[in-house]
Amino acid sequence: MSEIIKTENLEYAYPAEEGQLSVPVLKGVSLTVGRGEFVAVLGHNGSGKSTLAGCFNAIRLPTGGVCYVDMMDTRDEQNTYEVRKTVSMVFQNPDNQLVATVVEEDVAFALENMGVPPEEIRKRVDDALKAVGMYEYRAQAPHRLSGGQKQRVAIAGVIAMMPRCVVLDEPTAMLDPQGRREVMAVVRDLNRTYGITVILITHHMDEAVQAGRVVVMHQGNVLMDGAPREIFTQVDTLRAASLTVPQTIEILYDLNRQDGAALPIGALSVAECADILQQYLQ
Amino acid sequence: MLKDITIGQFFPGNSAVHRLDPRVKIVLTVAFIITLFLAAGPVSYALIIAFLAVIIGISRISPKMVVRGLKPILFIVIFTAVLNLFYTPGDYIWQWGFLHISKEGIKVAFFMVLRLMLLIIATSMLTYTTSPIQLTDGLERLLAPLKRLHAPVHELSMMMSIALRFIPTLIEETEKIISAQKARGADFDSGNILQRAKAMIPILVPLFISAFRRADELATAMECRLYRGDVGRTRMKQLKIERVDVCALIISALVIGAVVVLRRYGL
Repeated sequence: MSEIIKTENLEYAYPAEEGQLSVPVLKGVSLTVGRGEFVAVLGHNGSGKSTLAGCFNAIRLPTGGVCYVDMMDTRDEQNTYEVRKTVSMVFQNPDNQLVATVVEEDVAFALENMGVPPEEIRKRVDDALKAVGMYEYRAQAPHRLSGGQKQRVAIAGVIAMMPRCVVLDEPTAMLDPQGRREVMAVVRDLNRTYGITVILITHHMDEAVQAGRVVVMHQGNVLMDGAPREIFTQVDTLRAASLTVPQTIEILYDLNRQDGAALPIGALSVAECADILQQYLQ
Repeated sequence: MLKDITIGQFFPGNSAVHRLDPRVKIVLTVAFIITLFLAAGPVSYALIIAFLAVIIGISRISPKMVVRGLKPILFIVIFTAVLNLFYTPGDYIWQWGFLHISKEGIKVAFFMVLRLMLLIIATSMLTYTTSPIQLTDGLERLLAPLKRLHAPVHELSMMMSIALRFIPTLIEETEKIISAQKARGADFDSGNILQRAKAMIPILVPLFISAFRRADELATAMECRLYRGDVGRTRMKQLKIERVDVCALIISALVIGAVVVLRRYGL
């Protein structure tokens, strides 16, 4: 009972358009995510990572295999509401997921749909906005905010729902570096402070490094699954899947290959990398 | 340039007028418009103008802004004035060919213009002091009884507030598309009307495609946030009738009553 999401041989194919064959995107993914985990799902464009995310939230129903969310089969329509209450989702484009014309109204949207009493909505909205550092902006219109701020508002809307799991589908893809940092800080907080299971779909290596577990998707299947250090030191496998590796590891790897230096390449942070380089230079 | 367009312009504030319940404001605005057409003489108009002036005073909205709200309807006002001036039969005091001006014509034209201007000022005071979301909220609740007749009141107000939410987003997008097309050598500023209208196509097509994509994504996001229409929905902000609202209702009732009484005496 410790897993929150479990897929068995999950398959998904986009429906066929006229004169074309249906396109299989997921080809038998078996994956288990435990409660309280912080999982980053990495993958090249078209690897099926976003489709996989959609399955966790019953936006997409498997065309083969099963997806269980908290023991509920997502294919059963009667479960859909509970599934979405358990796993909430943050999307890539912040503009297309904010519904209301005022920040606090938007955060309250899901709670209003859930039929939470007004006083409790007020409290949960205020708490959620404080948690993402957007409380001062509660009366603003969303279009006046920066991308990173909008995305934090979207995350506040999710926090207020108090789900057990949050799936973020490339939440930083449309943001500038500043916005990315802000959003990633909030995402880490979701997992560490609130104990919410976080599944982060991304193609930024430096974001995946911050997770506790990395799953690499390639051509509709899970290619690798393990701790960030384990995954990122397999440079050749990653490159074969057209993925880059974090720059800190890349530099050490290249030094080993070109200069024959026998350095440990598992440096996930700049500080670690700097330490190793310093020792090498001495 | 497109940034200047504001539909239902709203000036945030914290005056008594701003704090009034939107339902009360909407009802009073409608009542005010009816009263305008009941007014029969100069005394009534004086009373109404004074009433409106007091409201503007309390709301702290600069009179300049109020007057600016009249600009878009200037043409209609002039048109109405001219029509009434020349085509009201009665005591002719001036005549030239088929054109004639009567005493009654002057009077009718004057009051008609006054009426139109007061009407616009009153309705713009509603949008100046009420945020769009309050406005749609108030409308939804006022029309709630129609739900029993299966009128899609909730859906309509949801559509309205989403439209309001996306106006600035789509304007921004339009500006981006215009720049992108200009960078590709599109020319929007020359040629006759037909050519200019044709030049708009490269703007409208991408705008529509993107609007559809946005709608699709927003619908998914709303479903993820457990939106099921009106089923079992609560609201964070409850509307409550406060003392200010009761005061506003009483004062307005007095003014309307006075106008009705004055009408009997033709004043």
